[in-house]
Parts: sequence; structure tokens; C-alpha cells
Amino acid sequence: MTGEKVFRTEFSVKGREFSRAGDVSCRIKNLLKDIGIDAGTVRRLAIASFEAEMNVIMYARQAVISLAVSPDKVSIVIDDEGPGIPDIALAMKEGFSTATREMRELGFGAGMGLPNIRKNSDVFHLTSEPGRGTRLEITVRLDGSRP
Amino acid sequence: MTLDDVLVRLQGDILTPGVKTSPLLSSVFASDLMSDVLAFAHSGTLLLTGLANIHVVRTATLADIAAVVFVQGKRPADDIIAEALKNDLPLASTPLPMFEACTRMGALLNGK
Repeated sequence: MTGEKVFRTEFSVKGREFSRAGDVSCRIKNLLKDIGIDAGTVRRLAIASFEAEMNVIMYARQAVISLAVSPDKVSIVIDDEGPGIPDIALAMKEGFSTATREMRELGFGAGMGLPNIRKNSDVFHLTSEPGRGTRLEITVRLDGSRP
Repeated sequence: MTLDDVLVRLQGDILTPGVKTSPLLSSVFASDLMSDVLAFAHSGTLLLTGLANIHVVRTATLADIAAVVFVQGKRPADDIIAEALKNDLPLASTPLPMFEACTRMGALLNGK
């Protein structure tokens, strides 16, 4: 235990609610801005959060998005109930997508989401149980260092 | 270049009067694919797009896009414009098709 102060909050996201896509990520972005985190770091977290939120809306039934901010890092955990990812290595390949035509017509589903989340994170941890759901944990360090 | 320069060059109309624009736009990104905007566009860029749904505004807001110009005379619905106003995101529309808009932006960026 370090005893350091951590700010925590949670949001819920429902699958298929395309009209609300980005609501949670906008709230996360505004919270991080209000805390005083620099614009470049806020942007990385906002993009990663939005990509993950879109994945929940496109593929899962529902999810809880947890935000934790401590003095040295910001972590976002997206825990969804959904079909899961049978082959994570394949899902991580740029351009690989199982998106429907509807999703593509909205401007998403190009197979860039997961790789882009990894690009914008310092720590990226994806686990999935097919038929049950997917858990994605990302962390961005606030001291500018990369592990 | 400023958004005013862009609007003159693209014969565009502002859709969000009163929204304060960034003094200078650093680059241009043209795409209908918001996945690509999230993955490749830089902060402070001008987005040219033919997509006029709510996801453009959300994407632009989250990715710190400086302004959005809809090509081919497209104009998003009023609730989408309201969302942009709420987020201080300038929106504009040009009658030009995407390719023509891009060539004119290329000339503007090159000082021609």
C-alpha cells in the first residue's frame, strides 16, 4: 500500500446505443481536463476510451467503464458482457474487423480500434472469455515515462 | 491558415456561428472513416469529410480536431450542430466535392 490518493468513478455503457456513442468518453475527457492533466495526455486517453466505448456499443451487450486517476497514472478498465474475442492476436492486427456494413457506414469498424488503443496506452492488457465477455485494462503514465 | 482563409478558399459557410475558432489550423485531414481520424489525425487539424452524422462531432471533439468542413454541400441535422455548439467545435459546409476541396486546401497550405 502506498497510501496515495486515487480518484475513482464508474460509467455504464449499453450495446447498440449508437446515438450515445462517445458520451462516456466525453465525460472522462472533461474530468481529466478539470483535474489538470495536460492536453496531449488527455487526448490519448480520450481516444483510447472512445475506441473502447465504440467496441462495446458495436459488439457487447453492456459494459462498466472504470476510471482511476492517481498522481502518477490514469487507468481505464472496460469490463463487458458480450461475445468475447476468440482470437486476440488476430483482433489486434490492423485492418482485421468483424464489423457489419451498418457499423462501417457510421464511420467505424475499420479494424483500427484495438491497435489504436494500444498505441495510445503505456500499459495495455486485453483478456477475453468467448461467450462471456472481454476485459480491457489500459494505463497512461503521467510522468511521461514508458515502461 | 485560419478558418476564415479556408472558408474563402472552399466557398464554405459556417454552421456554428459564435463558436470561437483556433487562431491557426496546422494541417488538413480528409476522410469519411472516423476510425482513421482517431488513429491518424493530429491534434489541431482541419477535418474534411463527407460523413455528416453525430459520430463526426464526437470523434472531432475527442480527438481535438480544430474544425470540421462537410464537403459536397452536406449539412448535418440541427441536433448534431447543437452538439458541436455545446462542445465549441466549429462546423462548416462547402458545396465542393472532396477531391476539389482537397486540391484547394493543398494549394492553400503551400501558399498558392
